[in-house]
This record gives sequence, structure tokens and C-alpha cells, in this order.
Amino acid sequence: MRGRRLLANGLAYLILTAVSLVLVFPFAWMLSGAFKDSLEVVKMPPTLLPSHWNFDNFARIEQYFPLYRFLLNSAVVAVATTALQLLVCTMSAYAFAKIPFKGRQGVFLLFLTTMMIPAQVTLVPLFILFSKTNLIDTYAGLILPGIFSAYGTFLIRQHMLTIPNELLEAAFMDGASYYRVFRSVVVPLVKPTVAALTIFAFMGSWNNFLWPLIAVNSKELMTLPLGLSKLQGRWSTEWDILMAGNVVSFVPIFLVYLVSQRYFIKGMTMTGIK
Amino acid sequence: MVGQRQWNRRIAAFVFLLPALLGLLAFQLLPMMSSVVISFTDWDLLTNWTKMHFVGWSNYAEVFREEKSYTAIKNVFVFLIGYMPSLAVLGVFLAVLLNRSLPGIKAYRAAVFVPVITSWVAVSIVWRWILNGQSGLLNYLLSRIGIQGPIWLQDDTWAMVAIIAVTVWKDLGFVALILLAGLQDISEDYYEAAELDGASAWRKLWSVTLPMLSPTLYFVVTISLINSFQLFDQVLIMTNGGPAGATSTIVEQVYKNAFQFNKMGFAAAQSWVLFAIILAVTMLLQRLQRRWVIYER
Repeated sequence: MRGRRLLANGLAYLILTAVSLVLVFPFAWMLSGAFKDSLEVVKMPPTLLPSHWNFDNFARIEQYFPLYRFLLNSAVVAVATTALQLLVCTMSAYAFAKIPFKGRQGVFLLFLTTMMIPAQVTLVPLFILFSKTNLIDTYAGLILPGIFSAYGTFLIRQHMLTIPNELLEAAFMDGASYYRVFRSVVVPLVKPTVAALTIFAFMGSWNNFLWPLIAVNSKELMTLPLGLSKLQGRWSTEWDILMAGNVVSFVPIFLVYLVSQRYFIKGMTMTGIK
Repeated sequence: MVGQRQWNRRIAAFVFLLPALLGLLAFQLLPMMSSVVISFTDWDLLTNWTKMHFVGWSNYAEVFREEKSYTAIKNVFVFLIGYMPSLAVLGVFLAVLLNRSLPGIKAYRAAVFVPVITSWVAVSIVWRWILNGQSGLLNYLLSRIGIQGPIWLQDDTWAMVAIIAVTVWKDLGFVALILLAGLQDISEDYYEAAELDGASAWRKLWSVTLPMLSPTLYFVVTISLINSFQLFDQVLIMTNGGPAGATSTIVEQVYKNAFQFNKMGFAAAQSWVLFAIILAVTMLLQRLQRRWVIYER
């Protein structure tokens, strides 16, 4: 019995290691490629690590593209989008969960229906709306469409519904306003869901490609995914340069992930399931 | 006193809902309605919108005439057929492994999630290199075991296979961890009862794990459906829809018609036709769900 268990565990380790290698190796390959020179990067047979570590690729990108500006833009857009989305979603969730008003059911249903509309249907008119209001090629134009999430509202509302009304009544009895109850009673109680939504919103914004592709033309406003695609447009098969660009986009999010890994996984899977 | 309270409540409801309602109106309802209107016009973005003409159903007729529309829809379904089952089967397999209480298992759980956090654009560029016919790592490794690899992303059939495989590669960790959460919710009691009845490991998988996991699996199916219909980033970066339309997709077509060929009316009509297809498939799936998803309690 014990021998069989040992064998099963050994086999599990073996398969897990193989699968993890397949999933993680491309990133190691990307890192190594970013520091190779243009000859070594296409050399056959390939070398696992650069024979000498070369940092020129980053400088070469900087001559044509403001790579670190892309990074800054991504950070600004992702942080602003996430903060505003959380604000809008918790506020509306509060109204839907805890403030009874006429027609609440209907408005909520309307909210849920918009979750079903795929992005491509609103793509064309959204672009027109933003170009008519001069929001193309602005930070506001990048941020605004991302701050309204019916899904986020729904998620937080579901959690708020589990808060007993007696708790709120007690606060109202003490003379607290709706705003006060929201800030001091309701929001602290739904923190886990808000945390999960934070991760979800941040990742979504950080990795978003389609909307920046449409909403931005000038280099100064490009976010990382869009910037990287432009890099590919210029150096289509110069892998050393392309990998250097990828590294700049990968390392920050990877570091954030390493530090807050537990919340990342929890946040992503929780927003997925509940 | 009561009147005051009710008044306060109305104001509060209004204030707390206002931002979300404005967003709903400006970024969902208004665009949706204008999308319907635009789909019946010949508007090309370059001319002033006051000069656009209504053209009746002709954009819709063109959508059905154009071969590219069919190719894109066909490709998305080919993708779906390859992607959904692979993701579900591999996901369950990986989740079962990750569910074992082994020393160091947390490191494995963290590792499989790395592709999930990375942007599609970065990942696609890395895979373009690995899959490159001449300087790619994959074909080098294949040549070591005596196989001459195809030029993956420029090959009529292998391009789609590559897109499917890379997408499964990226989403596997996400799906596995969702399924893992599902697995951990299954009560030990069921396994103990099965063991008392002398069930084999295989039998336990089929008769306990999979049925109890079916709601989570249904979620995975839904996610993979959404991902399939939204297929865009990886295709634009890795193949740009090629070779010869072999990996062109729905969103890619709408994007190109609207923003590269300036055919706004046509693109809008196309997006509605595709929405109708998505709706039909989603409803079909919802129907089928009752047959295989088992809800506890």
C-alpha cells in the first residue's frame, strides 16, 4: 500500500513538473532571448543562455519607441480604470442591494442584459462617439470605457445581499446617513469581493489590446500591449529586440504577481465562479 | 419624519446609481442603438455623418454574400471544437494533480498561473518566435528527434492548430485553478462512501468527481465559448488572420472592415449577424446544460 502511494506521488510530481515546464519555459526563453545579440538569437543549434549578456536591445527600442512611456501609460490607465471601476461598481451595487426604490428590479435587469452584448457590437459606435467628443488619443478615452462593469456591479451586489438589513437599520437608528452606512458598514463587509474585483479589473485593463488599438494613434499614449504590437510591426523577426520589449511588459506584472500571488489566484478564480 | 426618510432614500438611490447609469447609457445603450442605425447605412467614416444614406438591408445581404464572413464563422467553430474539449480535459487532469497534498504543491499551483497573468500580445510574440519555421525552438527540438516541422503559422492547416494549442496553453492554468476550487468543495464523505462500496480510483473519478464537478465544468464551457467568440489578440499578432484567411475570426473581420477598410455600415451589420449566432449557440448550450450538469441540493 505504502509503495503504491509512493509510486503515485512520484508519478504526480513527474507529470506536474513536465506540465509546469511547458507552461513556464516560454517565459524563460523570452528572458534569455532578450539578452542575446542579433546573431546568437537565430543561431542553430540554439543556446539556452546568452553567451554574453547584452543590454543593447533595450536601447535600440528606445531610439524608435518610448518603451518606458508605454509602461507608464499602462500603469496610469490600469490604476485609474481599476480605482474608478471599483467606485462605480460598489456605489451602484449598494443602491441595487440596500436602497429600495421604484423600478429597481427593472433597472437591474437592464444592467444584466448588457453583460451579454459582445464587444464587437459596440466597437464601431464607441469609436465614433469618442472621436466626435475628441476623446480619441487621450487618457480619458483610454480609461472611460473600462470603468463601467455590469459584471462588477453584479458581483458586489450579490455579496451585499448577504449583509443582514438589521445591521443597517441599527446604524440608521443612530442617525447615520446612507453615505455613512455605505462607507462604514457595507463596504468594510464586502472587502473580499472588492479585493477580488480589484485584481480582475487591473489585469483586464493592463492586458487590454483591442480598445487601445482603436482609441490611440500617437506613440505618447500607447499602452504596453499596443506598443509591443507596433514593435512587431517594425522589427517583425528581430527576436532579440522583440523579446526585450516583451520583458519590459512581463517583468512588472510578474513581480506584482509574485508578491501578491495568493490574492491573484483567489481574485481571478473567485470572480470566475461566484 | 417618515416623509423626510423616504425623500432621503430617493436621493441616495439616485446619487449612488448615477455614475453607473450614465456609463450604461453612454457606453452600452447609446452605442448599441446607433450600431443598429449604422448597419442600415453606407457610412464610411470619412464622409460627414450628415451625408450618410440609408441603404436598407443591403449591408446584411452583403454579409451573407461575402465568403470571408463564412470563413470567419467556420474558423471560430473549428477553433471552438479544438479548444473547448482540450481545455476541459486537460484542465480536469491538471486540477486533479494539483489537488494532491504533496510537499511543494503550492509552487506548482503558482507556476501554472504565470501564462494567465501575461498579456496576449507579449505571449503571442514569444510563440511567433518559438513556432518560426527557421529560427524557432519547436522545429529545432522536432528535428532532434528526426521530425521535419511545418512552418506552423504560415501553413494553411497548422496555423489554426497552433492558435488553438497556444490558447489552450495560456488558459489552462486559469481553468485548472477554477476546477481545483471546485474539487476542494466536494465533500470527503462521498469518497469515503465510494470506498466502502469498494470503488476503484477510476470509478470514483467517473461517479463522484465528475458529476460533483459538473457545475464548475459548465462554467469552464461557458468561459471557453466566450473566449472563442472573442478570439482576436492572438490571431492579429500571430497570423493576422492568414495564411489566406485560414485563421481569420469574427472580431478580426469586424475590426478590419471598420478600421482598415472604413466600411462602418458593413462592419456594424456583420457584428449583429455574429451576435445572432453567438446568442443561438449560447441558448443551445444553456438547453443542453440541464442534461449533464448536476446541482447538489
